[in-house]
Amino acid sequence: MAIQETASAADEPKVALFNDPKIRSWIFQFVLIAVIGWVIYSMVINASTNLEKQGIAGGYGFLANEAGFSINFSPFIDYSETSSYSTVFWVGLQNTLVLAVVGIFFATLLGFTLGVARLSSNWIINRMAYVYVEVLRNIPLLLQIFIWYKGVLALLPTAKNSIDLGFMGALNVKAWFGPKPILADGAGYVGIAFLVAIVMIILIANWAKKRQMATGQRFPVLWTSLGLIIFLPLIVYFIMGQPLSFEFAEVGRFGPRGGMPIPPEFTALLLALTTYTAAFIAEIVRAGILAVDRGQTEASYALGLRPGQTLRLNIIPQAMRVIIPPLTSQYLNLTKNSSLAVAIAFPDLTSVFAGTALNQTGQAVEILAITMLTYLIISILTSMFMNWYNARMSLVER
Amino acid sequence: MTDTNISVANVSFVRGKMDPALPPPISESGIVGWMKKNLFSSTSNTIFTLIAIWLLYIIVPGFLQWSLFDAVWSGGDRLACATTQQGGELPVGWNAACWPYIGAYMKQFIYGRYPDHELWRVNIVFALFFIGLAPLLMPSIGFKKLNLILMLGVFPLVAFILLTGGSLNYSGFLLPNFIMAPSLLKFWIDFIILTAIVIGIVYGLMRATDSDPAPAVRQTLFAMGVLALVMLIASTDFGLEEVETDRWGGLMLTMVIAITGIVASLPLGILLALGRQSEMPFVRLFSVIFIEGWRGVPLITVLFMSSVLLPLFLPDGVTFDKLLRALIGVALFSAAYMAEVVRGGLQAIPKGQYEGAMALGLSFWQSMRMIILPQALKIVIPGIVNTFIGLFKDTTLVSIIGLLDVLGMINSSLSDPKWATPVQALSGYLFGAALFFVFCFMMSRYSIFMERKLDTGHKS
Repeated sequence: MAIQETASAADEPKVALFNDPKIRSWIFQFVLIAVIGWVIYSMVINASTNLEKQGIAGGYGFLANEAGFSINFSPFIDYSETSSYSTVFWVGLQNTLVLAVVGIFFATLLGFTLGVARLSSNWIINRMAYVYVEVLRNIPLLLQIFIWYKGVLALLPTAKNSIDLGFMGALNVKAWFGPKPILADGAGYVGIAFLVAIVMIILIANWAKKRQMATGQRFPVLWTSLGLIIFLPLIVYFIMGQPLSFEFAEVGRFGPRGGMPIPPEFTALLLALTTYTAAFIAEIVRAGILAVDRGQTEASYALGLRPGQTLRLNIIPQAMRVIIPPLTSQYLNLTKNSSLAVAIAFPDLTSVFAGTALNQTGQAVEILAITMLTYLIISILTSMFMNWYNARMSLVER
Repeated sequence: MTDTNISVANVSFVRGKMDPALPPPISESGIVGWMKKNLFSSTSNTIFTLIAIWLLYIIVPGFLQWSLFDAVWSGGDRLACATTQQGGELPVGWNAACWPYIGAYMKQFIYGRYPDHELWRVNIVFALFFIGLAPLLMPSIGFKKLNLILMLGVFPLVAFILLTGGSLNYSGFLLPNFIMAPSLLKFWIDFIILTAIVIGIVYGLMRATDSDPAPAVRQTLFAMGVLALVMLIASTDFGLEEVETDRWGGLMLTMVIAITGIVASLPLGILLALGRQSEMPFVRLFSVIFIEGWRGVPLITVLFMSSVLLPLFLPDGVTFDKLLRALIGVALFSAAYMAEVVRGGLQAIPKGQYEGAMALGLSFWQSMRMIILPQALKIVIPGIVNTFIGLFKDTTLVSIIGLLDVLGMINSSLSDPKWATPVQALSGYLFGAALFFVFCFMMSRYSIFMERKLDTGHKS
């Protein structure tokens, strides 16, 4: 054995060092790192000389400076012209998130409706959903935002001739004056009650599932949850003496008074983002439902399940497994697309921070880095959620 | 037995001749049957149908009236589309499309501010593009390789010279200025030095790996020769007037950005996709960071970056014009998306193909070039077309950084007092929407067609 080994080692043909795959891959990676390092280094050097020439000091100190411009939409954060640039960032992020959350809510509703309509056996419903999806998908979102903003909402009547929407407030070309919630003392308890209800529902659902697994007894989780989430906050609301009320806009002679003015920029963006994303969600939902094999439906019927049960217990859980990952990326797209707000000057993160604040301070590197990193963090968090969900929902193959 | 035979013939109640079949009942056939089956099959379906008809009744007549029946079709300025309140002839309360405004601006929507007497150059580029593209898109026509070389090699050069006017000025890039003043001669001397350095590196690499240096050196010389020829042609003065890129606009600019973006992103995307699958940790890490980094941020921030930050990152004296900066941003951004599309194709190739290529003794690049990529890219043609549709729609974002693509052109035309009426904006945007819809819808149909064509029925 020993003799053989030494013999083969001696016979081994001489291989050039560079032809050894391991060594070659390290050389290659070393070159790559060197090139990237050099590119980054020269970019930093160039940027610092160029900035010095323009007389702009680097660093993040500017965030504490007074911004000095006004923002016309900030539902949760107090903002005034004397606020700092860091407040501007938070206001922008808040507006982006508000837009994204409201948009995602409506886009999901509309998208699922359209997706089911696309599969309807009713010819006219089916065709209408098809035309909607094709038209909305094939027109650029930015163009749709402009159509809503300058084409449709700009045609609304002036303040004097506001449209009275009753309890929904008033509508004119300047804004939509929606009902404004007024919180009195103790309103926080209603919110707490709401959160408590959610926690209780999760606990009950887990307990019911465990019990059904063990004993086969079922528990009406849906009705209990509905009752909890409606009545618990309602009871607290009356105990605390009705701390929540709404101020409605009144249409006076010189336009509406009171209420919560929602600028047309927000409405236009919301309409465009919702209708555009819904078209994509509809296709995802359709593909997801079609991806469930027909044999599944037949097997359910053979087991004696009713059509409603088949849908609820068999089709939807399997379809959701296909639907959720692309759906999440559509939610992410909607969030990223909300940055188009900059085109019609709605104060979202891109518009107010990477736009106005950048132009005023000239701190391009810092501001764009913060902005892009914020979007990146949002999308990394979303994809982390998606990976977790996929791992949880993926088929356990035996 | 014979008895029964005779009796059958004689029995009168057995029908000897068949009656013609009755038509299906009226409620099951024809338009009534179709309606019953597809529109009114159940109570809920009937309700849905009625709701749908009501929706159509609200939307369709109103839309047709606005865009066709009540619309103004001819006129020379805003007075044609103004009501008596606004100084025109039309009755108060009139609200419909103003198409003469689109007619007056049509040239700008297509060519931007390109000089009038030079429009033939753009037309030739458009014509060459569609003539070259049509046979490429039809799977039944041969000569794909020649066609690809013409479209990816010759056409861009011709289009570049025709659109910009060519006759580029080079002033050298290698030797420091104190040795020789910048001039065309210095550029070519620099180029020869560069060629020598590249050939030296290739020769050294070949020697280090114990292979025959001759073919590699020949190929490098050929590549540098082609590069020199391209640069020579680009610098030749064909007597064309120079047209600055800030005069480009409209549909032409939209197509320039979208097509350059997709063509540039394809090789970059392939490299990134391969890098993401590589077994070299740093290459993989770099690819993942690059891909996820670009995909995680909105395109508009990328465009801000390329228009604001790129000039900062360049050394003093080097300037890119606005269009080139936007193109770099768009290309890098779409390369990340393209990488994911290509990765899907690479993952769809069965492992046996990789192993077969290795067993044949092919090197990594050989197996990629000859075995894997041809199959992978063919699978992802629909994906590439879909990415292109996305990019084509996304080019509208360049209007935010001040380039005048179709949307930018429509927006800038809205400030023209000659056509200023309340209906002008919606007319313009509706035209833009129709234009984009036609292009994108055709491309998506093509993508579906290719998907069916390429579906061999046995996906792994």
